[in-house]
Amino acid sequence: MGEPSDSELIQSVLQGDANSFEPLIKRYQNRVFATARRYARQQDEVEDIFQEIFIKAFTKLSSYRGDAPFEHWLMRLAVRTCYDFLRAHQRNRETAFSQITDEDTAWLEQFAATPESDHAPAAAKELVNKLLQSLSPQARLVITLLELEEKSVREISALTGWSVPLVKVRAFRARAEMRKILGRVRKEKYL
Amino acid sequence: MNLDQLMSKLLRAARAEPPSGDAPYAFEKRIMARLRDLNLPDPWSLWARQLWRAATPCFAVMLALSLWTFVSPNLEATRASLAADLETTVMVPPNLWEDSW
Repeated sequence: MGEPSDSELIQSVLQGDANSFEPLIKRYQNRVFATARRYARQQDEVEDIFQEIFIKAFTKLSSYRGDAPFEHWLMRLAVRTCYDFLRAHQRNRETAFSQITDEDTAWLEQFAATPESDHAPAAAKELVNKLLQSLSPQARLVITLLELEEKSVREISALTGWSVPLVKVRAFRARAEMRKILGRVRKEKYL
Repeated sequence: MNLDQLMSKLLRAARAEPPSGDAPYAFEKRIMARLRDLNLPDPWSLWARQLWRAATPCFAVMLALSLWTFVSPNLEATRASLAADLETTVMVPPNLWEDSW
C-alpha cells in the first residue's frame, strides 16, 4: 500500500485525527524552510516562521477547498506569513544599510569588473541579502519572488493576493528602490 | 557597467545559491507537540461556544413570542386584564399582607 495522498491526509485531519498532519509537515518542510530562509537570517527566526506557517495551515485547514494542489495553498500561506514577518520586524533600514562594509563595496567593484563566471555566488548572495534588508518589506518580497525565485507576475499575484497591475507597479518601484541603494553603495566608496 | 546591468548580474549570481531547505532533526515532532497543546479543549471557550449556540434559538423564541403577542386576537382584552391585575398586585393594602401569613 502506497503513502496516503494529501487529500486523504487532509480529510483525516478534518475528521479529528490530528496525527495525520505530521506526514504533511514532513512532505513539505523542506520547501517551507527554504522559503522562510529567504526572509529571515537567524535560525530561531526561521524556525518561528516555519512553526507559524504550519500552525496556521492546521487551524485554517477547513478553508482549503481542494480545487488547487495543497502545496500551492500552503506556499501561499507561507509567503503571506513571511510578508507579515517582514512587516512586523521592520528594523531600521539605515542600520541595515550601515552593515554594508568597505569590504563589500570593494567586492562589488571587483565583481562589476570581472566576467560572470569568475565569482563566488555565496558572496553575491550575502551582499544581496544585505541590500534586501535595506528595502521596504513590499520591495523585498517582490524582488525575492520575481528575481531570486523567478516567479512570473501572475504567480506572484496568486501568492500575495495582489492584483497583476499592482504587482507590476510594486516590481517597478522595488527595482528602482534597489537600484538607488546599490548606487548609494558605489557612491559612498568614493566619498 | 551601469547600475541596471550590475543589479542584474548581482541577482543572477545570488540566484545560483538558493537557500537550504534542510529542516532541523525531528522538527515536525515539535510542531505536532505545539498543535496538540492548541487542540486541548479549554473549558471557558467551550462554555462561550455553548452560549453562542444557545443565543440563536433564544432569539428565535423571542421573535416567535413577539409575533404571537402582536397577532393574537385577544390582545386588547389581555392588555386590560394584565393592567388591572398589575394594579391590584401593586396596590394591595399592607393590611392584607398579614392575612396571607
